[in-house]
Amino acid sequence: MSRLTDANLAIARDIIARYPRKKSALIPLLHLTQEQNGYVTDDAMRHLAELLDITPAEVIGTATFYEMFKFEEVGTYVINICQTMSCALLGAGALMHHAEEKLGIKAGSTTADGMFTIEAAECQAACTEAPTMQVNYRHQYRVTTEDFDQMIDDLRSGALSGDIPPHGTLGRNRQNIPADKFVGAPDPDDVTEGPAWIPVKVDNS
Amino acid sequence: MSKAITREYTPGFYEGDRPKIVTSRFEYEDSHTIERFEATGGYEGLKAALAMGPEAMAGEVKASTLLGRGGAGFPAGVKWGFTPQGVWPRYLVVNGDESEPGTYKDRLLMERDPHQLIEGCLIASYAAGLSQCFLYVRGEMPLAHERIAKALDDAYAAGYVGKNILGSDFSLDIVLHWGAGAYVVGEETALIESLEGERGMPRLKPPYFPAAVGLYGQPTIVNNVETLANLPFIAANGSAAFTSIGTETSPGTRMVAISGHVKRPGVYEIVNGSTSFRDIIYGDEFCQGIRDGNELKAFVPGGGSAPWFLPDQLDIQFESKQAGAAGSMLGSGAVMVMDDTTDIPEMALTLVRFYAHESCGKCVPCREGGTWLLRILERVCSGHGTDADLDQLLEVGQSICPGEMPHASSERLGLEAVPFPYKMTTICFVGPSAYASIHSPLTLFRDEFEAKVVPAPKRVSIPVAAG
Repeated sequence: MSRLTDANLAIARDIIARYPRKKSALIPLLHLTQEQNGYVTDDAMRHLAELLDITPAEVIGTATFYEMFKFEEVGTYVINICQTMSCALLGAGALMHHAEEKLGIKAGSTTADGMFTIEAAECQAACTEAPTMQVNYRHQYRVTTEDFDQMIDDLRSGALSGDIPPHGTLGRNRQNIPADKFVGAPDPDDVTEGPAWIPVKVDNS
Repeated sequence: MSKAITREYTPGFYEGDRPKIVTSRFEYEDSHTIERFEATGGYEGLKAALAMGPEAMAGEVKASTLLGRGGAGFPAGVKWGFTPQGVWPRYLVVNGDESEPGTYKDRLLMERDPHQLIEGCLIASYAAGLSQCFLYVRGEMPLAHERIAKALDDAYAAGYVGKNILGSDFSLDIVLHWGAGAYVVGEETALIESLEGERGMPRLKPPYFPAAVGLYGQPTIVNNVETLANLPFIAANGSAAFTSIGTETSPGTRMVAISGHVKRPGVYEIVNGSTSFRDIIYGDEFCQGIRDGNELKAFVPGGGSAPWFLPDQLDIQFESKQAGAAGSMLGSGAVMVMDDTTDIPEMALTLVRFYAHESCGKCVPCREGGTWLLRILERVCSGHGTDADLDQLLEVGQSICPGEMPHASSERLGLEAVPFPYKMTTICFVGPSAYASIHSPLTLFRDEFEAKVVPAPKRVSIPVAAG
């Protein structure tokens, strides 16, 4: 059940065709399976290995390097609270403490109803707006404890479901390359000539 | 006095009356749309490039001496010249994996003006003969993904990207690629590994430049988002217009993010070499001083990896050479400001934790050294450390960066500055960054660390009973 659905398989084939070598599509495809299932399952990884002509071990080898891939179920909303310097200077520690109290779980765990996971995160590139957190990687700026409580209430009531998709979905739209405009991605071994617009230099030596 | 404005749709960014190169469209709420881009001179640089031909365009970039904005500050035109003759295909990889602590600029450029970045990719690929472009965007930036995906779709539809661009023989695909959360992938060879679907670990050097051997072993140009965002201006207005802004050695502008204990933290586009740290931190058009009327204690001048500066260094210009001579670097253009209420060891701990956590594990000095720096510092900060631990930190660091470490001068301590850079035993800068972020606070604020530790237990010799 956690192999890619037919619709996602078509997207996957489209993505694979954009790269000169198939394995390059691995990280985008891992995101795609995570979008489908909420986390990266063993079956999904076997399926990706088939699609990319690599071994399942190579898939898990790459996948485990990257923080965003989860290998067990996480909450519908993963809340990352930044703990690096700029945020730490402006109360990230207190915010984390409050979040743990409010949700009754320690950082790294998920609430019993499967709604929320909190994680201690590293720099989120919003340092001037500290302290920051991300909900399913959507930035929230200058978060006070009241803001946090409000956010949790809104997420629980579904008031934000239009703005914040469930965990796994990165962009709500994805790039489409029209077939008639696509230049193509040949394997580098099959290319010997320079691009058409580069003037040919005659080598007289 | 020039005024600075911020707008709700660009949190953290302040416009000023300074020359703008990369943020010229930030004042429009719809700056990310193709309509606004075209209405404000968008894709004019591409047209100018196509009119002048690839060699002339490459010459313009070289003449502009545009320096890479990712941290290393290498001239972009020279980097392109490292591609070996006659080896095809060549690739462009855009480094949008911004994650250096304190840095917030590339995300803004991607979210607020994606077409400018796309135009930059097109100009670079045209000039350097690159046949495919991969736009590697950090995974934790969904808004940037959404906007770039939309911008690319629009640009393909309008004929700016894809086959036979604007009716010329120039063809290029730009592929939006998603990262998945790993700081070390910001290193260019790690970025390439990641793009090949591998664990994002930096490659052994030499070869030093991916321009010679990069993606799939082919010549590959890796450029930072901000670097490429400068190209449309250079193509449209010429290198002379670009070099007339800023200084001779570092022309143009830079995006700088100032965070921490200032009244108005923000991102500003500043003219290179015309602004001192005092202007940035205290200036009316910038951060307007320290919050609550407190005193400045220290600041990090160039992202988490940079050795710290003290109030002694406030009058240094925001310019690479001066910062280097003073014992630090400008890196990715991120200033983090600490006032006198700051617990220095705790702040050093957040940085060491970051680098220890982000070590990819390939080089032993970083993997083991970073972990030990973190363990020892945690012990010190939680009150379980001894004075021997402080020397131990420096000793562990010596295995990552042997010899003298750069640090700032201090009148209070009677310290002379040790200029940048350092020696290193690792492939990339993650390990040395872990050490730099404890070495300089420990050197400049040793008294605060000593206040947290107890004397180490003395070794007592016990004689064996005679008989």
